[in-house]
Amino acid sequence: MTTTSTVPDARANPEVPPVKLEVRRQRRNWQGWAFVAPFMAVFALVFIAPLAFAIYLSLYRRQMIGGNTFVGLENYSQLLSDASFWSGLSRVLLFLVIQVPIMLILALAAAFAIDSARLHAASFFRLMIFLPYAVPAVVAVLMWGFIYGDEFGLAANLNDFLGSKVVTPLSQKWILASIGNIVTWEFVGYNMLLFYSTLTTIPGDLFEAAELDGAGAFRVIRSIKLPALRGSLVIATIFSIIGSFQLFNEPNILRPLIKNVITSDYTPNMYAYNLAFAGQQHNYSATVAIVMGVITAVIAYVVQLRGSRMEER
Amino acid sequence: MSSRKRENSVRGARNPRKSIALTVLMAFFVLYTLVPLFWLFVNASKTQPDLFSSFGLWFGDDFALFSNIHQTLTYNDGIYLRWLGNTLLYVVIGAGGATLLATMAGYGMAKFRFPGRRGVFSVVLGAVAVPGTALAVPTFLMFSRLGLTNTPWAVIIPSLISPFGLYLIWVFAVEAVPTELLEAARMDGASEFRTFFTISIRLLAPGIVTVLLLTTVATWNNYFLPLIMLSDPNWYPLTVGLNQWNSQSLGAAAQPIYNLVLTGSLLAIIPIVIAFLVLQRYWQSGLTAGSVKQ
Repeated sequence: MTTTSTVPDARANPEVPPVKLEVRRQRRNWQGWAFVAPFMAVFALVFIAPLAFAIYLSLYRRQMIGGNTFVGLENYSQLLSDASFWSGLSRVLLFLVIQVPIMLILALAAAFAIDSARLHAASFFRLMIFLPYAVPAVVAVLMWGFIYGDEFGLAANLNDFLGSKVVTPLSQKWILASIGNIVTWEFVGYNMLLFYSTLTTIPGDLFEAAELDGAGAFRVIRSIKLPALRGSLVIATIFSIIGSFQLFNEPNILRPLIKNVITSDYTPNMYAYNLAFAGQQHNYSATVAIVMGVITAVIAYVVQLRGSRMEER
Repeated sequence: MSSRKRENSVRGARNPRKSIALTVLMAFFVLYTLVPLFWLFVNASKTQPDLFSSFGLWFGDDFALFSNIHQTLTYNDGIYLRWLGNTLLYVVIGAGGATLLATMAGYGMAKFRFPGRRGVFSVVLGAVAVPGTALAVPTFLMFSRLGLTNTPWAVIIPSLISPFGLYLIWVFAVEAVPTELLEAARMDGASEFRTFFTISIRLLAPGIVTVLLLTTVATWNNYFLPLIMLSDPNWYPLTVGLNQWNSQSLGAAAQPIYNLVLTGSLLAIIPIVIAFLVLQRYWQSGLTAGSVKQ
């Protein structure tokens, strides 16, 4: 695959198809559908139908008398005054504004270091930092949960050494930071590799020119590398925002350890899950899922828009 | 891939002195990523009593890794092996099917002009932004009405769609499969499917491997979807099963099997880590393809 010197990301501009406009007009006929139809059929079943079904569910309510009745937007107005929903939403927002910048800055720093050609054994570092991404979330969380634990974890070892219970990653005070650490550990390498891959596509003559002009390493980062990374940064930010809003695996797997610290409505996604399974409130659960999906999509869209506007400047 | 070639020429052109300070700094970073995995390995090799009595980052009195592995594989009539088999089933059919569908559709989008193509384009692009977890609960509610929950299909069918995979193949096919070649095949009277399966699929091979890796990892590591879809432990994949073992260790009438959870976790990551290390070249190129405009 050839890469050109224009680095901006295709997905950052949804209006522009990621394909070159074919100069030669191809015949327009239905043959292409033979290839696209199987995908679209399954897509309709697992993307479009659940979405439509969730919207339908969110407009109804199962009542003791009268069964399933149409209630319009009542579920939505109930959600707007639901303290459980708001506390979960503000928690993932707090998580988002702290964890995502830390993770992306660490990933960026690692990508610059590995790309700088000043590192011994750079490919070893690249691989080892990426490795946690291969670990299933369940294993990562179980593992960190044990490490955090005060029975046989490293926290216990540290506390033994210090002679008092100072290190308490699973306490009310620290649990969100501890979850942030797990998420950072899982995804910092993925983001690093995304940035690094983009850096390797910067044409070499740019660096030669910079060298001739006497630009130092930091100047090169600021004037060449960071602008080239803009598209990847937008993507990484969008994926991280989606991940934060949809936070589920980490708190849900830690929950059995500390039921009183991580409540069943700890994040909106956990709330939707518990409403559907423990509470059998399918209609209300669908409402939570739709509202979270809309919030996520809107914020992802705004980031995308801002990212591409910065590009035009 | 030319990115690798370019990388070498760039790095060859400027060859700054290696920095010890930077290397040491990065070594701390690697410690952060590796220490938890080392901890897992060390503790998977301990007996249950040693777990509680010995220091976490070094081996206990007995090196019990092999007896732990034996126990893990035989506990509860070998349910772990059943979970491993389920995971493989979901990966082969789910990730394999997802790769096939994404390859065909990506190729169709890249090489054909057909009515509704723009519609497909915007729908798929929108889907990349819709988080899978947001759809999981509605999908469960729908599948339960259809009577699909608690069957392997409930896990496999949603795994069949990879919008990002379609996007990668699409971008890849534009360059990798020359339109002239397709026209020549058409002149010779070959059907479109024949051309696809005999010629195009070979040219697309590097892209296909990348997508296969992405979907394999996603299916192997999937937790939320099987968690909500399945209630019969006999259909669990490894991820859900391991978490169940862990919860079982914590309950009121707990029968702690921490050593099995630890060893089972270690065993679950080995195949996927090996796949990563062996095929890392494809990861790199896939990420570049996804993040760089053609």
